[in-house]
Amino acid sequence: MSDIDKAIGMPRGLSTAGGPRLRLAGQGGVLLLAAILLLLPWLLRSGFQYHMAVMIGIHAVIAIGLNLLVGYAGQISLGHAGFMAIGAYGTAILSSRFGWPPLLGVVVSAAAAGLLAFAVGRPILRLKGYYLAMATLGLGMIIYLLISNEVWLTGGPDGLSLPMLSLFGQDVDSPKVWYGIVAVLLLVAYWMAGNLVNSPLGRALRSLEGPEALSAAAGVDVSASKVRIFTVSAVVTAFMGGIGALYAGFISPKSADFMQSIELVLMVILGGMGSIPGAVAGAAIVTLLPQVLTAVEHYEPLIYGLILILVMVLMPKGLVPTLAHRLRRSRS
Amino acid sequence: MSDMQISGLSKVFGGLRATDDVSFHIAPGTVHSIIGPNGAGKTTLLNLMTGIYEPTAGEVTLGGQSLLGKPFHARVAMGLGRTFQTPQICHGMSAIENVMLGSHLGLDGRLLPSMLRLPGIVRGDEACREAAAGWMRYVGLERYLDAEPGAMPYGALKRLEIARALAGKPRLILLDEPAAGLGATEKAELSRLICRLRDEGVTAVLVEHDMKLVMSVSQHVVVLNYGKKLAEGTPDEVSRNPDVIAAYLGRTH
Repeated sequence: MSDIDKAIGMPRGLSTAGGPRLRLAGQGGVLLLAAILLLLPWLLRSGFQYHMAVMIGIHAVIAIGLNLLVGYAGQISLGHAGFMAIGAYGTAILSSRFGWPPLLGVVVSAAAAGLLAFAVGRPILRLKGYYLAMATLGLGMIIYLLISNEVWLTGGPDGLSLPMLSLFGQDVDSPKVWYGIVAVLLLVAYWMAGNLVNSPLGRALRSLEGPEALSAAAGVDVSASKVRIFTVSAVVTAFMGGIGALYAGFISPKSADFMQSIELVLMVILGGMGSIPGAVAGAAIVTLLPQVLTAVEHYEPLIYGLILILVMVLMPKGLVPTLAHRLRRSRS
Repeated sequence: MSDMQISGLSKVFGGLRATDDVSFHIAPGTVHSIIGPNGAGKTTLLNLMTGIYEPTAGEVTLGGQSLLGKPFHARVAMGLGRTFQTPQICHGMSAIENVMLGSHLGLDGRLLPSMLRLPGIVRGDEACREAAAGWMRYVGLERYLDAEPGAMPYGALKRLEIARALAGKPRLILLDEPAAGLGATEKAELSRLICRLRDEGVTAVLVEHDMKLVMSVSQHVVVLNYGKKLAEGTPDEVSRNPDVIAAYLGRTH
């Protein structure tokens, strides 16, 4: 050890924190989430509250998938509502027009979204920063326009109805059952995302956030890896788009528009880039905030915007990473 | 038999011959240094070796295989390691994770097994963590294992990069100005580290301005000037070469 290192000294609490603790934290997060999801039904009183919980769950899974792309791999997308719409409309068209089993429709639509992401990913992901934002925005808009205008297939502005989901011969019409389904999906997504980011592949993907030379020097094929994570996030988003459509029973082009894409990115940024619990927290806030703000009717957009600005100014790293950092500091 | 062979390598930017018909070979298990005044074409040469530029003419081979037309990451897979003048560190990861990143090529990178954390992935990951900790000890960073790179001093980041490159088990490692920005003590440490690498049979290419370091660690020195090879030989030979003294050391000697 050089004298310079000794002179500067080590930040306390960093050198002793072992890798095992970090890895345990990942599993601990899954357990904590499972406990919350199990206990939550005791707090939920009305059907509306269940509805909000289901919506948060659906958004949280999408935010976890999008966070892999935006937060961990550092690649922005302003077009993910397009993938959500592909999942939703694909499921609706395959199940109501062609009579496919709804879940098969969800899986096939998610695969189709993955194929699209894979095909457009290579040219699009060469772009960086603002340019990538523009290109993904364009992709989302094309999907939105197709859905709005191809009335023969999508019903246009009138939207489409979906058949009821049935599991094991039983129609799923109770919000409580939906809560259970979405809770399981959320747990699986949380666990799988945590596994991925802490695997060798995950580290290769996380290196994409930095300069390209760094990834390449570690042997990471930068463009192939970007396409890979873009595809994964598109599949997750479309899958949950399909699930969400089945839950709602009805879809319209509104669910595919630009604001929806913005809200998805907002969940990731607000909750915390590169934080899986952050994605869940962000999804909860962005889903609940408009409901809470209905109390102030006319001023809702104003206050909504103000809250976003304040959070970003006070917690630029997002809610969960900032709070976690403060907690660690107050402990040491 | 040579590890890296550079033959007739040229790179022209517009009217500028940044690299002009340069040839030399790097024998396995030796430390080679590339030196030259500012603008001599050292960085261009390094970028030609790593595939950031494609040469206008000439050939680069590693272990007998041509590197031309292959992107940087593919050359890394063939056994080329590199560090940078300014350390390229991923700040979203802890120090040890940065080193672990260096060895991901030899590990299972399939998506679904990684997401399911199958036993094979866990084994590979743990072995890679242990190896990374070993490399961090090797370069003298054992106390920084779980540190955030942002909290580490500059000299430690430079060694972290060397550890990451070593974790990829390269057959040849390119060190781009490893001593730049280091204090005297850190330079001495670095010199010991490079000597140790050399004694253990690692092939290294050093692009460096610090003549004391170059002269003490290298077996072979290549001097560039205006993109051309001016001289090559042992440190002793080179430092006595009148052309080199005139072009490079002239003003100070």
